[in-house]
Amino acid sequence: MSTDTLLSFEESLEKFDPAMGLEVHVELNTNTKMFCGCPAVFGGEPNSQVCPTCLGLPGAMPVVNAKAVESAMRIGLALNCEIAEWCRFARKNYFYPDMPKNFQTSQYDEPIAFEGYLDVELEGGEIVRVEIERAHMEEDTGKSLHVGGATGRIHGADHSLVDYNRAGIPLIEIVTKPIMGSREKAPEVAKAYVAQLRELIVALGVSDARMDQGSIRADVNLSLAPVGTGSLGTRTETKNVNSLRSVERAVRYEMQRHAAILDGGGSILQETRHWHEDTGVTTSGRPKSDADDYRYFPEPDLVPVAPSREWVEELKGTLPELPREKRGRLQKEWGFSDLEMRDTVGAGALGLVEETIAAGASPQSARKWWLSELARRANDSGQEIADLGVTPADVAAVQALVDAGSLNDKLARQVFDGLIAGEGTPAEIVAARGLAIVSDDGALGAAVDKAIEANPDVADKIRDGKVAAAGALIGAVMKEMRGQADAGRVRELIIEKLT
Amino acid sequence: MPEIPGSSSPRGTSGRIEISRDEVAHLADLARIDLSDAELEHLAPQLSVILESVASIAEVAADEIPPTSHALPLTNVFRDDVVTPGLTAEQALAMAPASEGQRFSVPRILGEEA
Repeated sequence: MSTDTLLSFEESLEKFDPAMGLEVHVELNTNTKMFCGCPAVFGGEPNSQVCPTCLGLPGAMPVVNAKAVESAMRIGLALNCEIAEWCRFARKNYFYPDMPKNFQTSQYDEPIAFEGYLDVELEGGEIVRVEIERAHMEEDTGKSLHVGGATGRIHGADHSLVDYNRAGIPLIEIVTKPIMGSREKAPEVAKAYVAQLRELIVALGVSDARMDQGSIRADVNLSLAPVGTGSLGTRTETKNVNSLRSVERAVRYEMQRHAAILDGGGSILQETRHWHEDTGVTTSGRPKSDADDYRYFPEPDLVPVAPSREWVEELKGTLPELPREKRGRLQKEWGFSDLEMRDTVGAGALGLVEETIAAGASPQSARKWWLSELARRANDSGQEIADLGVTPADVAAVQALVDAGSLNDKLARQVFDGLIAGEGTPAEIVAARGLAIVSDDGALGAAVDKAIEANPDVADKIRDGKVAAAGALIGAVMKEMRGQADAGRVRELIIEKLT
Repeated sequence: MPEIPGSSSPRGTSGRIEISRDEVAHLADLARIDLSDAELEHLAPQLSVILESVASIAEVAADEIPPTSHALPLTNVFRDDVVTPGLTAEQALAMAPASEGQRFSVPRILGEEA
């Protein structure tokens, strides 16, 4: 669908240095909207969570949600920001039906938090410091459906339908300073920043932080400058990049697209671009409005926010352990290698492993089940590992049965089959499927006798003292008993009978 | 911490304030209002008069008076994060010129591509 010419990634780096700026919008998980008491939950019937204030009806007066201010400050503090002693909201004026007021209430030159940083860890363990310019409070917009055109887009649409449930939900916009000098790592840095910012938001508990539902949205600003000049070129802003993988891809795509234009003697048009997840390209949006065109001015209906230093100090005390520090602590506690830890985090299984260990499993067994067994199954069925229907308590219970000698690994896998199929608890599945290991001498002895009879050569070898040959008989017994024999006891019985 | 802004008016404190015909046309465009040439000619001087009237405030504001965006010396007016009753969808949509599928129906959006 795109006719953009791209330079190869390598060639773009030979000629140009990339600079990035990332704007991440975080929808807060407050009970109510930013300026009114309407519910801020996701998924209600259209226009069922609205009131005169968020519909912008005449005479309606906004009042700031204290919890949203608190969440904004906690995000700011976790990002090592200063917290403003005094700041105001501002009206950002634009005419578009997603805001019925004809302006968005935002903050302009007085953000609640500013001048911070987030230290981001790359794959190889390298730490990159991403400087934060600001984090400010604003409100989300309504959702539009475009009717009558192709594939729900504005272009060619006949009219649009708007649902204002989302209008007014508190948003925190977190803006980085230009990230320069990452060169070939720029796409990875962008992805790692958004991923680790997301983890921080999760640890703070201030948002659902679901990129797929839009509760975290990233805009990627990118520009190129001739290599080694340290200057900033004209940027484009790619909007609504809604997965971590797309953040990386969008940076890479825009680097290659800019490079081709600049290398061909052209110049970059400052504009917004739209990211297309399906095709992996960006397309031209609209020319970027000058800030002047938004005619920002202080919101007269809201008084300034002036958080006391006592409040700020109190909130500092509520900050959770930062995700990166926590990972370091857990790795040490669990005795995982760097690779094991990276795989665990990469599979999205850190929390699951942590809970499984808390439920009594050893770190290595928790890691083994989640990473080798359950991650593979999630991958096969195209699910998130957390959505398989297996809980950390289940995994710990299965491992406890293995430790007690009631299950071996092979039988445990069948218990996971049952868990995924929703057949009940591990104990119920073991009972219903008849999976428990048999260590009863009567049943085992009969199977051992049968195996000896069927394999006289092997039996003779063992009688001659070649105890190592017992393996073949154990295998035969296991086969006879569908894998449920207690292998250790079988070996003892074979040796008892033949020597 | 950012300074409290607004300490100077970009238009100064005295003299005639002109808003040009082109500026009015630009604002009309941003506001999606279609104005004819005659209307632009008519409105530009009128808006200049309004701006001038407002600017007269600057003449009485001395340097030691900080600019303000609010008449009341209040800060930190907050509400608790508690749901309060709003409108039903029926009530909300009753005020709409048109609706469809429990949503507000608005005319085709021009000049945007999303």
